[in-house]
Amino acid sequence: MVEIKDIERLAALSRISLTEPEKAQMRNEIEAILGYVAQIQKVSGTPKTAEERSREKKDEVRNVLRQDGVVGGGADQVGARMHTPGEYSEALLANAPKREGRFVKVKKILS
Amino acid sequence: MKIDLAHLTIRTAHEAFVKGDFSAVQLARAYLDQIAEKNTRINAYLEVFGDVLEQAKVADERLKAGKGSLLTGIPIAVKDNILIKGRKAGAASKILEGYVSPYDATAIARLKKEGVVFIGRVNMDEFAMGGSNENSAYGPVRNPHDESRVSGGSSGGSAAAVAMFGALAALGSDTGGSVRQPASFCGVVGFKPTYGAVSRYGLMAMGSSLDQIGTIAKNADDAQILFDAIAGHDEYDSTTLPEGVFAGVRSSLRSAPKRIGVPCHFMKQGIDPEVAANFEQAIARYEKLGYEIVDIELPNIQYSLAVYYVIMPAEASSNLSRFDGVKYGALKEGDDLLADYLRTRTEGFGKEVRRRIMIGNYILSSGYYDAYYAKANLVRDLIRVDFDKAFQKVDFILTPTSPIPAFKIGEKSADPLQMYLADIFTVTANLVGVPAISIPSGVVEKEGKKLPLGIQLMAPHKADATLFHCAKDFLA
Repeated sequence: MVEIKDIERLAALSRISLTEPEKAQMRNEIEAILGYVAQIQKVSGTPKTAEERSREKKDEVRNVLRQDGVVGGGADQVGARMHTPGEYSEALLANAPKREGRFVKVKKILS
Repeated sequence: MKIDLAHLTIRTAHEAFVKGDFSAVQLARAYLDQIAEKNTRINAYLEVFGDVLEQAKVADERLKAGKGSLLTGIPIAVKDNILIKGRKAGAASKILEGYVSPYDATAIARLKKEGVVFIGRVNMDEFAMGGSNENSAYGPVRNPHDESRVSGGSSGGSAAAVAMFGALAALGSDTGGSVRQPASFCGVVGFKPTYGAVSRYGLMAMGSSLDQIGTIAKNADDAQILFDAIAGHDEYDSTTLPEGVFAGVRSSLRSAPKRIGVPCHFMKQGIDPEVAANFEQAIARYEKLGYEIVDIELPNIQYSLAVYYVIMPAEASSNLSRFDGVKYGALKEGDDLLADYLRTRTEGFGKEVRRRIMIGNYILSSGYYDAYYAKANLVRDLIRVDFDKAFQKVDFILTPTSPIPAFKIGEKSADPLQMYLADIFTVTANLVGVPAISIPSGVVEKEGKKLPLGIQLMAPHKADATLFHCAKDFLA
């Protein structure tokens, strides 16, 4: 049973605002979808641990390491595509709706 | 001269370039003309790039110098959630209005090396969430075979662009069937590779454990050529398969696998009778081709769709938390920072995206995590085991791609759960990570229009090349 106050809490968590009719509609739709997916609860068993999983999947799950640096490139070719500091800064900042110099600008957080 | 776009393939186009029958510029022009004629109705392209002819000219020079590859000068459409440096990309969402890609997706970088011609970016369901393309902020894509019907989705623009002969091939992305289902609705081939075969770097993330970039083309050979060009290990995506393992995927030739499994128990209900009849014909065709058809049991497959609609929104809600109007896209301002977030996300995201974010946050909240997310991962493991066991007995698994042909625009948009049920056959390949392909299997006539149908083949992990062989046998 999903209640309107659950929807309000979820909307707040999701950083989305809903009108009263939207809340009611969302409640109905989410309830129907959760009602459908709840069938998985009929299946019994305990989830596998990460170790069990990696043992089974051998080469598919593996730990990936790289050198801890911006500019790299060792014998193993790690870092072959690494960039120089600042190479992408302007292109990335150009997408920010508000900026000040080299910074992304936001409204103050503490009042 | 008039180029026959309806029958052109990557290989025949390449031969024509080499022989001098026509140039890449002439071919690009033919596609631009076709788009100009068709796109206002079909709405496949969100943007046709302004430099298509310049790109084609560069390709011609490269071909002339004898340095061209099979893909040099081949016109390709790209789904709006794959980044091409310096060009707009928006996942068909208002929240990304004005966004310009700061870098190339790895798949794009690899295609640039081949010298393909990028024609434009194509429409999709917003953030790849949907199966009909009705969730695009820029209007639905119409099915080229019947304009009153949906193209399918979420890669509806990619499939329709190829089907209306507005691109020779296209890139899409597939999280639960988003390449295969629109391909089947539009009568083209749609391929989802083994998870980890193609880098996800530069693909906007929806469900990270499910997403793969896939290829759409008129035939299996074109889809494979494009796949071979974009596949391979990438240090920017730690989930890509290591190069050694992957080399085998691409080159492994068939050692005569001839057995196809059909999970008959999973097809008892919910399938359009004409889809079922067409599927029987497809089985008969494979038998005639010398394949052995075996009834197989996949005991937990009936839970696939439920598992998918837990894992996908959980991952999507996390992935989409980054859209807040601070780093990129359209900012809608409020009185304070929180109001900025709320206004930006409320006005920027469409209905389906909001719904999935909220379901994801519900599923991941502390009181429900074990009942939904942990449980879904358990069942996902059980389905994987089912597939492992099945693939000890058979080489391929065959189902229809979709239980229904293309439906009318607006027919299902009021009921999200009904829409989700159309994904019933496609989501499993993403949950298990195996390669899957949809190929045209005939048509059904509705209201005087011939609607395409498709069948789906799945193969074991990394058996992408053998999957193409099996698809080509059917289409030959």
